[in-house]
Amino acid sequence: MVADPMRGVPVLSIITWAPFVGALLIMFTARHRPLAVRLIALVTTSISAALSLWIFLAYEREAAGFQFYERVPLVPPLGISYELGVDGMSLLMVLLTSVIIVAGVFASWTVPLRSQEFYALLLALVTGVYGVFCSLDLVVFFLFYELAVLPMYLLIGIWGSTGEVRPRGIFAWAYRETGVGTKEYAAMKLTLYLLFGSAFILVGILALYVNAGAASFSFLDLEAVTFDFAVQRWVFLAFYVGFGILAGIWPLHTWSPDGHASAPTAVSMLHAGVLMKLGAYGVIRLGMGLLPEGAVDLAWLVGGIACINVVYGALSAMAQVDLKYVVAYSSVSHMGLVMLGAATLTEAGLNGAVFQMFAHGVMTGLFFALVGLVYEKAHSREIFKMGGFGTMMPGIATAFTIGGLSSLGLPGTAGFVAELLTFMGAWRSDHQWWLVPAVLGTLLTAIYVLRVVAQIFWGPPSVHVHDLRDARGPEWVAIVLLVFVLVLFGATPWLALGPVDTATVPLLSRIVSP
Amino acid sequence: MPGLFAYLVVAALVFAIGLFGVLTRRNAVGILLGIELMLNAVNINLVAFARWHGDVVGLLFAMFTIAITVAEVAVGLAIVIVIFRVRRTIDADRLDLLRG
Amino acid sequence: MASVLLVLGLPLASFLAIALVRPLRRRGRAAGWVGITAMIVALAEALRTWLGSTRGTVILPWLPGDGGPMATVGLLLDDLSAPMLVLVTLVSLLVQMYSLAYLHDEPMPSLGRYYAYQSLFAFSMLGLVLSPTYLQMFVFWELVGLCSYLLIGYWYTRPAAARAALKAFWTTKLGDLGFIAGIVMLWSATGTFEFDALFRMAREQTLPLEGLATIMFLIYLGAAGKSAQFPLHVWLPDAMEGPTPVSALIHAATMVTAGVFLVARSEPLFVLVPGVLALIARVGAFTALLAATMACVESDIKRVLAYSTISQLGFMMAAAGAGAPDAGFFHLLTHGVFKALLFLGAGAVIHAVGTNDIFRMGGLWRVMPQTGVIFIVGTLALAGVWPLAGFFSKEAILAGVWAGGRSGVFVVLALTAFLTAFYMFRVVFITFFGHGHPHGEAHPHEPPWLMRGPLWLLAVLTVAIGLRFAIGGGGEHHPPGWLAALSLALAAGGFGLAWAMYGARWIPVEAVRRPLAVIDFLARRRYFLDAIYGAIYRGVMLGFARLIGWIDRYLVDGLLNVASAGTLRAGDALRRIQSGQAQDYVYGVAFGVLFLFVLAQWWRTP
Repeated sequence: MVADPMRGVPVLSIITWAPFVGALLIMFTARHRPLAVRLIALVTTSISAALSLWIFLAYEREAAGFQFYERVPLVPPLGISYELGVDGMSLLMVLLTSVIIVAGVFASWTVPLRSQEFYALLLALVTGVYGVFCSLDLVVFFLFYELAVLPMYLLIGIWGSTGEVRPRGIFAWAYRETGVGTKEYAAMKLTLYLLFGSAFILVGILALYVNAGAASFSFLDLEAVTFDFAVQRWVFLAFYVGFGILAGIWPLHTWSPDGHASAPTAVSMLHAGVLMKLGAYGVIRLGMGLLPEGAVDLAWLVGGIACINVVYGALSAMAQVDLKYVVAYSSVSHMGLVMLGAATLTEAGLNGAVFQMFAHGVMTGLFFALVGLVYEKAHSREIFKMGGFGTMMPGIATAFTIGGLSSLGLPGTAGFVAELLTFMGAWRSDHQWWLVPAVLGTLLTAIYVLRVVAQIFWGPPSVHVHDLRDARGPEWVAIVLLVFVLVLFGATPWLALGPVDTATVPLLSRIVSP
Repeated sequence: MPGLFAYLVVAALVFAIGLFGVLTRRNAVGILLGIELMLNAVNINLVAFARWHGDVVGLLFAMFTIAITVAEVAVGLAIVIVIFRVRRTIDADRLDLLRG
Repeated sequence: MASVLLVLGLPLASFLAIALVRPLRRRGRAAGWVGITAMIVALAEALRTWLGSTRGTVILPWLPGDGGPMATVGLLLDDLSAPMLVLVTLVSLLVQMYSLAYLHDEPMPSLGRYYAYQSLFAFSMLGLVLSPTYLQMFVFWELVGLCSYLLIGYWYTRPAAARAALKAFWTTKLGDLGFIAGIVMLWSATGTFEFDALFRMAREQTLPLEGLATIMFLIYLGAAGKSAQFPLHVWLPDAMEGPTPVSALIHAATMVTAGVFLVARSEPLFVLVPGVLALIARVGAFTALLAATMACVESDIKRVLAYSTISQLGFMMAAAGAGAPDAGFFHLLTHGVFKALLFLGAGAVIHAVGTNDIFRMGGLWRVMPQTGVIFIVGTLALAGVWPLAGFFSKEAILAGVWAGGRSGVFVVLALTAFLTAFYMFRVVFITFFGHGHPHGEAHPHEPPWLMRGPLWLLAVLTVAIGLRFAIGGGGEHHPPGWLAALSLALAAGGFGLAWAMYGARWIPVEAVRRPLAVIDFLARRRYFLDAIYGAIYRGVMLGFARLIGWIDRYLVDGLLNVASAGTLRAGDALRRIQSGQAQDYVYGVAFGVLFLFVLAQWWRTP
């Protein structure tokens, strides 16, 4: 690379904190000026997006490892420092975050209520997400993680929408007491669940710190330590449960459908698109990266539950009548594929997992953006009340179909590459039968996705809904951006997989020969 | 000169009487008096042990407690008076604002 | 290879142009001409490639991996793909021209969409035949499936079309699961997706044979889905819900033959697993016969052709399974031409009459003689009459099967050949001869030149290919002399029976139907396969989904809510301990301290 103009500039810090600065600016300068709010949000996220694209291109693949490294000691006696760096895996995740947040800013352009606070919280949350993907110090990592999780409570509780869930069955009394279906319920459920997971993560981090004895929370220092087998097992389990809740592992996934269905569009996009990936990222980065023997020992569990996720999520999605629930359950199913790919502990599978995180992030972001638009225009999320929208909103129909095709792993979209790699990994792993649920999942996905497409967009126009319009203006930007990314990385997967491979191969080499 | 045991018995009795007062009295002032008795039982113990060990720290501590007790009574009575002003009663049974 | 790239790139460019340039898409006819122009150039290049001597492979990395790419893509031009290029571009071009007239009543934006799909299909199909790796083949395999789905569902506001599209996609996807699993397993065993490397291993006998039968069976499943082999054939008749030109292109001439192409392509691997080959041959023959019986009782002209397509695909598969994949491939090419001809001819009839039901047609010979001639040429070719194209390819198949020693398969195919002639002439007699029905408001007429041109071209090609072999001999195939006589006799027999029943009406239909009542009953109900699939889908699949959905909502989530409600209730119960009365708290403290003392004492006792 010729004379690097960015040398010495803390790129990752700028990426991470730009949205936060945006949030502060919005809170303090843009009161009662909705357009200014949106412009500040757009500019600050665009800065992050542009820089993340730049680091994606400037990342030196030959050198691999953590690059764009920054370190500022925070609490030297305890070994806590503000330490940032990205490798091929986090690089892709940072890019994903950028894509989703920029699309999310456009998709929530029409938020009518308290847009100032909405955007401020959204941007604060994004800072947390960037921080998690970039930070190499576990304490800072954890702080960012909490920053990413907590604003969700307000975002869903205030701007969410209340759905209909009828309390039935033998536990109906419990539903009545918890107030199922309301946005407050969803927000509370999601937050409590994720904080419950955080507790495990915190314990795991402290256990590592104590056991390493290196008086450092740095990922790089801990990576050099080989922990006792017992420690590895238990801490891996803690990380798996803690992060796994965020990744929607069965049976701890039920926060996701309710949460995503109640959340406003941009929040659903960000949550299903990026936050669930934080979970999988945590399992891979901290779990497998620091505890290789634990990972090997518990791979059967991770993969087995992932298989349940894939099939169970797809079948649940098939049973839903609310469009947002369908998309949310499809996330559960696809996160199963991510975890399955990771659990194979093979190069193909791990690459597939990381690529699936990206592909599913973009895809589900697209889905939620479109569902938001359909909802906004049709005022209904109930699938069987819709029909024949294709004639009235051809653009949305096309984009939805492309998203659906990616989700069922149609070649030419990013979803296919991810699924293919996962299959390859599954058959090469120690548990070859994992291939069966993985492949079955794509068939089930094909069934529920295309059924929904046919129900909503095909057929004679519904009698319930009139006067629909196609997407317009800023909404188009979000849709086109996401579709473009989906197809681009589907046709040319090496763009993303090149850097990813440089990160997964060393990780696996530690697992194979610890 | 009675032994340490006698002092401790006296202190325990005083403490028990104080506790009984605190538990059974309806009147807030009575409860405060019970608390006084309990605190003084402790003082007896402190002094007795100071004597027993020949250590002056116990005496100092007793002095300290007496001072604290005075402050406590002052504050307690002040609260009781305020409660009386507000609620027109100092019957402890009817003071249940903290009920869960 | 530059011209191959052009052949592949032009349809893609045309697709992108139509799909992305909104004004072009909104003006459907203009989009059509863009597509047609691209296809003309592509056809010219394809012809040049076919006649030229350039053959070779280009390989590029696609999925990076540690120590060499994990998967590659590229172009493979050999004697298998070169003629396919011509077939695909030719039929695509003709169909696109034909569609311009056939779909002249469509709103312009829809027509734009149609041509975008058509171009995408041409690109995908060409990519499929040019694939040098299983993986790339799968990629384009799925893309042609997508185009098929989109084009069947072209009239998406019709519920029947929507259902048919879903059925086609799901059924073929079911087969594709096998395909992808098979190639993944093959990759796992050998480390490569590339044909060249795999076939070299097969030649050098370094290919791990363990599990190869399973792998090849799974790959065959993909082929069976796409090429409508029993029991995955159910989607093809329903696919006729799409516009007729689409049926001609995708569901007769090109895409459905992809399965045969795949088996022919993988021949070096299939020969290593004779068991799977035998299965392919038997299933192929069975499919051929089954579909032919259904064609005999069908009254929808397009569905008759669809069943005939399934039947002919069965022929090709049987040939491939019996060790004569080149005969199957030959039939694939000739069938592509004359089946497109038949479909487009049927389209002209439907266009003129406005119905698909052959019993509501009749006497069309008088009003549409040109179409009649064309349709009869196609029928003769399909029935396997000398000297038309179908005769030679079918004879090659029968010879190959005979040479392969599969006498059972041979008998079934021979019987099917007889039925083929019968059901095709049945359609001809009912549609073009027979009583002139009043056609309602429709006034049947010859189609416009844009439709007639492609028809004549295909008819001429059908004859020309046949004559080429009649004069030039059958290439490397030297079938026994009795075989030609047998095939002609079978065709003549089928023709004769059809004429006797529907032409001259010597034999009443009932007289034939009664002894075959069981088959008639089953065939009219499609052997209940659709019903079984429907029951599985609706009953088992959706039922199970509903069960899981219920479990998720009311058990898994229910337990969570029980925990949550339990917490709330416990808090509610414990709340009452807080009486708010200071004396109660003092009781608590006093007894607590007492308890602790006792506990401490008790602890120390031993």
